[in-house]
Amino acid sequence: MATVLDRPDVETPSPSGERRAAYPILRRPRSTEGLTGWLTTIDHKRIGILYGVSAFAFFLIGGIEALLIRAQLAQPNGTVLDAGTYNQVFTMHGTTMIFLVVMPMSAAFMNYLLPLMIGARDVAFPRLNALSYWTFIFGAFVLYSSFFLGGAPDGGWFGYVPNTSITFSPGHGIDFWIYGLLITGIASTVGAANLITTILNMRAPGMTLMRMPVFVWMSLVVNFLLLFALPVITIALFLLMFDRQFGANFFNPAAGGDPVLWQHLFWIFGHPEVYILILPAMGIVSEVLPVFSRKPLFGYPVVVFSGIAIGFMGWGVWAHHMFAVGLGPVAVSAFSVATMFIAVPTGVKIFNWVGTMMGGSLRLKTPMLFAIGFIAMFTIGGLSGVTHSISPHDRQQTDTYYIVAHFHYVLFGGAMFGLFAGFYYWWPKVFGHMLSDKLGKVNFWVMFVGFNLAFAPMHWIGLQGMPRRIPVYSEELGLQAPNLASTIGAFIIALGVLVFMVNVWVSKRNAVPAPADPWDARTLEWTIPSPAPVHNFDEIPVVHSVDDFWHRKYTEDEEGRLVKLPPATAVAAEQERHEESAAAEAQEHAGHDEGHGMHLPSPSFYPILAAAGLPIIAYGMIYKQYIVAVVGAFVLLGSFYGWALEPSVAPDDDEADLQPPALAGASGNGSAALVGAAETPALGAGSSTAESSASTTEEEQS
Amino acid sequence: MTAPAAIAHDPHGGHPTNTGLSNEKLTMWAFLGSECLLFGALISTYLLYKGRSVSGPLPEDVYDIPFTSASSFMLLMSSLTMVLSLAAIQRGDHRRLRLWLLATASLGGLFITGQIYEFTTFYREGLSLSTNLFGSTFFVLTGFHGVHVSLGILMLLSLFGLSMRGKLPTERAEAVEIAGLYWHFVDIVWIVIFTVVYLIP
Repeated sequence: MATVLDRPDVETPSPSGERRAAYPILRRPRSTEGLTGWLTTIDHKRIGILYGVSAFAFFLIGGIEALLIRAQLAQPNGTVLDAGTYNQVFTMHGTTMIFLVVMPMSAAFMNYLLPLMIGARDVAFPRLNALSYWTFIFGAFVLYSSFFLGGAPDGGWFGYVPNTSITFSPGHGIDFWIYGLLITGIASTVGAANLITTILNMRAPGMTLMRMPVFVWMSLVVNFLLLFALPVITIALFLLMFDRQFGANFFNPAAGGDPVLWQHLFWIFGHPEVYILILPAMGIVSEVLPVFSRKPLFGYPVVVFSGIAIGFMGWGVWAHHMFAVGLGPVAVSAFSVATMFIAVPTGVKIFNWVGTMMGGSLRLKTPMLFAIGFIAMFTIGGLSGVTHSISPHDRQQTDTYYIVAHFHYVLFGGAMFGLFAGFYYWWPKVFGHMLSDKLGKVNFWVMFVGFNLAFAPMHWIGLQGMPRRIPVYSEELGLQAPNLASTIGAFIIALGVLVFMVNVWVSKRNAVPAPADPWDARTLEWTIPSPAPVHNFDEIPVVHSVDDFWHRKYTEDEEGRLVKLPPATAVAAEQERHEESAAAEAQEHAGHDEGHGMHLPSPSFYPILAAAGLPIIAYGMIYKQYIVAVVGAFVLLGSFYGWALEPSVAPDDDEADLQPPALAGASGNGSAALVGAAETPALGAGSSTAESSASTTEEEQS
Repeated sequence: MTAPAAIAHDPHGGHPTNTGLSNEKLTMWAFLGSECLLFGALISTYLLYKGRSVSGPLPEDVYDIPFTSASSFMLLMSSLTMVLSLAAIQRGDHRRLRLWLLATASLGGLFITGQIYEFTTFYREGLSLSTNLFGSTFFVLTGFHGVHVSLGILMLLSLFGLSMRGKLPTERAEAVEIAGLYWHFVDIVWIVIFTVVYLIP
């Protein structure tokens, strides 16, 4: 602001006039309470919770769709759904579970945990983070509104042309699918760029790349995959949109177009997407296993490099989804070999996890059960996956229930079990109370039994030749028994999910406040109170090794046995380590006081407003009311201008700066404690003005 | 115990970052990486479908290479003026900054005008999005690039407006640099598109 006032050519009558000029449309939200607080929040932890709650809601919806499918298939010639509805239901089940459940649920964990794990106060761009969430929600809204606007998409989650072309799918269902996925794709791309920057740029002092928790590493790989894979499906959807709405010829064989191009584009996205879905769960399991085995992760660098290798190799195997298309022997052989190779880094990880548990003192708490369940189920799914790499065998499996069995073992037995391990593990950190371990174990075993009953028979059903995506099967097929078993299994899974929800409710009612570190864990998020305070860390931690928190609590005697440091010693040792590094810090920060001030950004209306422009554009395009689309574009653009002109920290906080620090401290509720915390000796490098502005910023927040 | 990792400082006085690049610049690089795949998929589609139209008009019937070369030249020159804008603000020369920003936006605007002229000419000669495969691939690829240039112009004009209102001080030179990254990227992509679409027979 000072720069503005210094310039004679700019009319600024008064500082307050200047401030009004900066807010032409919307007043800055002041409150972080209530509905407005949630709508305008830019706190990564709240956004993480929003992601989690939304994804769980879609998990229930997608689950109901799954139950409808299984109810239809419980008996030969089922009559629960007609063929058209069946197509809609399985399409929406797949699309929901992938784009609206596993991806945003992973985003929930990443949003909440990444800044905590790397010792940061927020993500790199908090408002952009809010934009990602609201864009995702509006994309999901567009997708699901199709049910009420003439029928949901019915072309399968991969939307193969020409089945999804305007000729064979004349309704608007596919259009909703296109725009819904385009919008959620924007959400994920923006989120990916934000989180990559966060991980690469905002690590605490000493948190080198090879000291990051494995979950952070896997998130980094996933976000790079998102960044590079989503544009490919964006283009595929774009081309399909032009074909359907503007008569282009991309997938029209009569004009020389090639439907196989769609398959290539889709699976160039689709295969990295598989790793986008599984790697976060692998990261979660890699955090849970060491804690409940009381051993460091076996071969940390190998796990990290395997994850990176999967990230790279994931780009070279897409055509194994297309062996039945007729790509020619050379392509098929090459992709067969690549597919066999990618099983190697995945297999390496499985051995690392087993090696972590070997010789450890295992504590079979619920998160550990889910993590072990993950390893077992994922191994089965991985092995059936390798069988697809053998092309002649794959011809037999393609489009049968064997494929359905395979990817549910990977995505439910794998990804979802991993995410459930994460729910139980981090619940106390997020909500401040534990989930019941007793109900958790019931939850695990019910889900585990139901899952295997639902999907193991599908291997058999598929190899016997029952095709996917067919609403009815005849009695002569002789597959009533396994189909019925599978349906019963699906309902048992639903019971398991119900147990989880009961657990959430019961645990909340009988909430016992959780300590900061209930599991005796190893990573930085457990150093701060539960639930995590709004500013995350009173002081930014200094990291000395992998599993830094563990080494603050334990040391080894001469024979390599674990010795717990008494709390006082632990504090003293930490103090000593701190002072060493604080000296180095102070040197590095000479002349800079920006390092540790708490500049918490203020809430904003613009992210949700900008995101709201996208569905307006989508509806305008779908119904060819282009004026509506233009209005949507202006909403989007106008919000971005408002956004750009709005400083990330509300200027009113700067005004508070002018108050003497003592006054600011006295008027705040609890900010005195923060001032105290911010002025610990280790951080003496900061100038007192910076500290006081930090504390007043904090005060405005609360 | 090893010493904590070095924390590099953003030369413009922002928060320190681990990589030494500011968050804004790193995110722009990440975004441009994503854009590479976006254009990569479109250019691949064009190459795959090259020469597979079953009906006319075909490229040789409509192209006016000298005209497109001239408008391409303007777009490439705009990269030069973009560099000059950045140099101006880094020197603290805000008058020149505004001059070069405006020049960059104008050159971009001329390119877009040329593209609109080209599109309407082609349309009058009977080539539309739905005429044949060539029409579909040509209009979508070059149009997609045109939208990117237009957004870039909007970005440049916004910077110009900020500078006019005195809100683009020398300390914020990085904003110009980041807009420049995007602008240069869009130019480089055009070199590829121009070669693939117009020059390779």
